[in-house]
Amino acid sequence: MINLNLHLEFYKKMYLIRKAEEAIIKNYPSDEMKTPMHMSMGEEAIVVGVCQALDPNSQTFGTYRSHALYLATSQDTDGFFAEMYGKKTGAVKGKGGSMHLSNPKRGLMATSAVVASTIPAAVGSAYANKYLRKDKIVAVFFGDGAIDEGVFWESLNIACLMKLPIIFICEDNGYAVHTETVKRHGYKSIVNIIKNFDCQVFSSESTDASEIYEISKKAVTFVKKEKKPVFLYFKYYRYLEHVGVNWDFDKSYRSETEFKKWFKKDPIKLQKKRLLKQEISNAQIEKVENAIANKIEKSIQKAKKSPFPANKAVFEDVFYESK
Amino acid sequence: MKVSKTIKQTSYRDAINSAIAAEMRRDPSVFIYGIDVADHKRIYGTTKGLLEEFGEKRCFSTPLSEEALAGFGLGTAINGLRPINVHIRVDFLLLAINQIVNMISSFHYGSIGKLNVPLVIRAIIGKGWGQSYQHSKSLHSFFAHIPGLKVIMPTTPSDAKGLLISAIRDNNPVIFLEHRFLYDVVDDVGDDNEPIEIGKSKKLTTGSDLTIVATSWMNVEAKEATDILKRKHNINIEVIDPRTIYPLDDQLIINSVKKTKHLIIADYDWINCGFSAEVATRVYEKCYGLLKSPITRLGFAKTPCPCTRPLEDVFYTNAETIIREVEKKLKLKTADLSSETFYTYENKFKGPF
Repeated sequence: MINLNLHLEFYKKMYLIRKAEEAIIKNYPSDEMKTPMHMSMGEEAIVVGVCQALDPNSQTFGTYRSHALYLATSQDTDGFFAEMYGKKTGAVKGKGGSMHLSNPKRGLMATSAVVASTIPAAVGSAYANKYLRKDKIVAVFFGDGAIDEGVFWESLNIACLMKLPIIFICEDNGYAVHTETVKRHGYKSIVNIIKNFDCQVFSSESTDASEIYEISKKAVTFVKKEKKPVFLYFKYYRYLEHVGVNWDFDKSYRSETEFKKWFKKDPIKLQKKRLLKQEISNAQIEKVENAIANKIEKSIQKAKKSPFPANKAVFEDVFYESK
Repeated sequence: MKVSKTIKQTSYRDAINSAIAAEMRRDPSVFIYGIDVADHKRIYGTTKGLLEEFGEKRCFSTPLSEEALAGFGLGTAINGLRPINVHIRVDFLLLAINQIVNMISSFHYGSIGKLNVPLVIRAIIGKGWGQSYQHSKSLHSFFAHIPGLKVIMPTTPSDAKGLLISAIRDNNPVIFLEHRFLYDVVDDVGDDNEPIEIGKSKKLTTGSDLTIVATSWMNVEAKEATDILKRKHNINIEVIDPRTIYPLDDQLIINSVKKTKHLIIADYDWINCGFSAEVATRVYEKCYGLLKSPITRLGFAKTPCPCTRPLEDVFYTNAETIIREVEKKLKLKTADLSSETFYTYENKFKGPF
């Protein structure tokens, strides 16, 4: 049973992600955030739901579309925006930008701009956790485009073969860049294929963070009990263009009707409705929303004022050097 | 504290094997894996005994998934393990290039120094008995081109042992390249498991007439050439083995060229845009005006490697090629080499592996 506090927690996290991205859209035209944005808008429930189900010591890996993952695991809007502005105080000191957010302290080990590239590293992490007898689960997020890559299948095979404590999370938005599933897949169902591997598969088309959370809880329990991987398959709709902050329904490869169908069950709207149905008043929600909006605005102002890294920083951390 | 050591005649293959076993005994975070690492052949014997001593958790064969296994190594390394990933041919490593070049090499940088990647990738270079164009590359120039990777290419058994120990202890990704022909080379090796510092060149012979910088197997050819040149022309060649391709210690090379004023680079790779160009440039920068002849570069023919022996002999350079180049540079008369035997290893080497 999900209590009210947890419902509120889902809302806060999803609202934070959505508002942070809306702030990016608002500020992007001034061209101060010089980094290719792959926006999370639409996927918030998956990331928030899964991350909430993970133990605090879990490790996560993501893709170049990881604004949601970064904020869901850390809520660190200061580091997030400073990184977007390329500043010294950024999450990775301006070395990575939007596509390479990470925060190992909060479990977010890596994200990558090359599709599917963090998947084998996540599998290796799971092996290390097993090897070192750490009671830790790894969760690796990727899109349906990653399924087209050989390394996904190599990694899934290894994880199943070695019975590793890992959860694969496929967020299927129906398009790899601009090419829809039917133009890429010579098979009917990802889920049916993966069911033949020695792992557990759960799938859902829900945009309800609570439902995603419940499924993810089952996944965590399965990994712990059965000592085998889980494959989670979630559908969602990418609201904006592949890269950038604009709508692209005029580009003919997808339609606004499709978007509208999904937007009816927008995860943030859905969760707000639920809260209002419960004992939370509009005023209380507004208070939460304002606090989040203020936090974001402050982070943006801080990021703008923060200095760029010193020139010598370009040479730092190429190699580990004993201090 | 100086540990007393026993020196023993040891093959390159056994030197590598003993380095791995010693490090696995010393540090429980070291493990070794890769395609056929734990099969009956044990990567030419270099992984023998490891499965029996350390178990399947620390020594295992894998699916044929080079890219995933490189990324797997990365994942274990950032979590405190010290993986050694083995490839029976360096050519197979090309399947893992995305992980090596996009992920592994830049991982420490991208994590702003928060996560380290103490990963060793051992890869074997093939030659001879029809290895042809997909079993014969060396790729050290390519790997050395990528920031964030260390590249080691030892020639002698003791260097192989000491440098592999250092590579395993290093907190950075290291590409460790072993030439198949070198496995049977036997030399003095200490049993003290002392690391050899990465990034130090080594003088294999001392001389004042000409410097040869050679990599991997070419050091064997260069030393053979040096012996013959001494007998035929009474000249002394200084052979320098960089041992580490990146970081490159050019000081020993520059000092040597300042003394001899002549340089041949005998690289075990293609010449174009290769390691030989890097060495030549550094020498030109530091020895400008001192050279008595233009730098000579020797390497593979600019073709894929052919299978059949007569063509293979054209593709590769050897001791004879080096002798003739030295004679040209020093304006010596062409010695009669008809009584010399070249290709001694090629002639006794029986494949397929």
